Amino acid sequence: MGKRIAIECAHAASLAVKLANVDVIAAYPITPQTHIVERLAEYVANGELDAEYINVESEHSAMSACIGASAAGARVYTSTAGQGLALMHEMLFIAAGNRLPIVMGVANRSLSPNLNIWGDQSDMMASRDCGWIQIYAENAQEVFDHTLQAFKIAEDERVLLPVAVCFDGFHVTHVIEPLITLDQEEVDRFLPKHRKAVYKLTPDQPSTWGPVAGPDIQTELKVQNEWALNSSKDVILEVWREFGDLFGRYYAPLETYKVEDADAVILILGGFAGTGRVAIDKMREEGKKIGLVKLRLYRPFPIQEVKDLLTRVKAVAVVDRAISAGGLGGPVYGDIRNILYDEEHRPKVLSFIAGLGGRDITVKDFKRIGEKMLDVAAKGHSEHKVDFIQVRI
Amino acid sequence: MSAQAFRSIKDIPLEEYFTPGHRACQGCGETIAVRHILKAAGPDVIVVNATGCLEVISSPYPYTAWAVPWYHVAFENAAAVASGIEAALKVLTRKNLISGKKIHVVCFAGDGGTADIGFQALSGALERGHDFLYVCLDNEAYMNTGIQRSSSTPYGAWTTTSPPGKVKPAGQMTYKKDLPSIFAAHGIPYVATATVAYPLDLINKAKKGLEVEGPAYLHVYTPCSPGWRVPSEKVVQVSRLGVQTGMFLIYEVENGQLRLTVKPSRRKPVTEYLKMQGRFRHLSDEDVERIQRLVDERCAKFGLPPLEAST
Repeated sequence: MGKRIAIECAHAASLAVKLANVDVIAAYPITPQTHIVERLAEYVANGELDAEYINVESEHSAMSACIGASAAGARVYTSTAGQGLALMHEMLFIAAGNRLPIVMGVANRSLSPNLNIWGDQSDMMASRDCGWIQIYAENAQEVFDHTLQAFKIAEDERVLLPVAVCFDGFHVTHVIEPLITLDQEEVDRFLPKHRKAVYKLTPDQPSTWGPVAGPDIQTELKVQNEWALNSSKDVILEVWREFGDLFGRYYAPLETYKVEDADAVILILGGFAGTGRVAIDKMREEGKKIGLVKLRLYRPFPIQEVKDLLTRVKAVAVVDRAISAGGLGGPVYGDIRNILYDEEHRPKVLSFIAGLGGRDITVKDFKRIGEKMLDVAAKGHSEHKVDFIQVRI
Repeated sequence: MSAQAFRSIKDIPLEEYFTPGHRACQGCGETIAVRHILKAAGPDVIVVNATGCLEVISSPYPYTAWAVPWYHVAFENAAAVASGIEAALKVLTRKNLISGKKIHVVCFAGDGGTADIGFQALSGALERGHDFLYVCLDNEAYMNTGIQRSSSTPYGAWTTTSPPGKVKPAGQMTYKKDLPSIFAAHGIPYVATATVAYPLDLINKAKKGLEVEGPAYLHVYTPCSPGWRVPSEKVVQVSRLGVQTGMFLIYEVENGQLRLTVKPSRRKPVTEYLKMQGRFRHLSDEDVERIQRLVDERCAKFGLPPLEAST
């Protein structure tokens, strides 16, 4: 078994990528993901990782080079954040549509304006419809495990889709945390040493990729992508189960905390779930029936799991670290409220937007949200209103 | 570097890798170039195609004109995609995961995909030294979207976004971006220009570009019948006149040394080239004189005979 070490979360991603024995890395520096690719550059320079490291001239080219390398059969990794992800936006759809098993770390960062290098999830949320599998990690262990698992999920012949492993910029990336590592032998038992590319660009079997598709066929091609993404969930669960059986750490699309008898729950993605749990403990000490839900798998959306869990409570607070501009509030809030609409016993769902541009979401904030939700649960009445936490206006 | 690989037309391989049945216009200059370049490459090649005419006419799903592996990703990133493919081939070969045979990587992009939207990606790929051949098929405008000006459109050309008018009588009022010089300045091992009227020169340059270790840039002037307003049967003729008038300078830069490979013994006045094309029909005598003067100056730099001596 690998040993327990202290490691910066960004470096936990790099370590997983090294153990995954990637063939090609294409990356461009952007805060707060830079530590990931810096460490990877060191691995390659030292000969600890035999990979081609392409120092591209932009994130657009980073994803383009990943697309080329993956189409040629290589195991491929990149990572980015904020503006970098926005610059890649066009290529994200092509990576997914061309069924390329690229793995990308996203160190979630705010989008300009105004220039803000700190964390929130508006970058990935702005690209959420790109067709990628999207997984949110909370800490070094999850960053490490999900990055390793991502290669296995992406490269599975039943999936062949890119995977984004998202984790909050600074609040997760730059924090030193304990990590139970895996040694190479253990990883090799879980993940094949090399990618077995069934479909690839090769003169041995010439094929045409990325053709023109008109109105007569585009719908069918898009629908097939959608089927692929939706049906990837079974494989994701299978891979997580296998990983758990091997290493003792099991993962599920939703992670719950003290929800069993809860009247109200707070739902969040990413690193602030940790602060949320502290707040839940404090409220529980006061006898309040409240719990926390961490949404780990964001795309494909775990529809049934969300329904099964949330129809059992009276009120749900969705805390988004992003705004769906001019829409309904937070993007995840829109998803959750939508999914529950047809249910007979549906809870009240409220939108809270917090933690933009790296602002802390404190225990006090979570408590305030929790108390409001318990009040809504008791009264059974709410209205659609977006609550921006800690706004000084 | 080997001597000329193809000494006569008879040496050009009969195999076709860009096959008939595609939807290009009659007399399309690009397709003549592509067909020859792929003959130089042979079957062991992966082609990356930027968005543009070539991609659209050759790949309407579920048909394809490509008998070699071919990948179209987007407009602006052919060189970046090629970077990834080249890196993958390199590392997979090193790890013995694919056979060790040499597989060429060739990019095809238009002048818009090279001079404008794909400029950064290409500059980056050349600087990084990937082993690939980048071919710019220069028809001097965005032909696929309906003849809009690019930064490779020459002074005085009509396009739908550089229409001649009272305020801008010449149409395109700016001067053609000198791409071969810019890419030669990257210090890559091989840069060349060519045009479809001289297929042996073209195919030999493609071969050289493929054989050098590291990046090679091949700039091919590919006249466009509808875009240049020339009859389809005159495409090769206008291509030849481009060389004979000094509008197209045909040379190669090998390890920093520039050499003209097609050198007209006498130089024709640019009017012969311009008057063949509807896109220059609106030009005034002053405009034509200005173009002649610019061509004369450029030809002098390259050691071509002055116009006076040749008439």
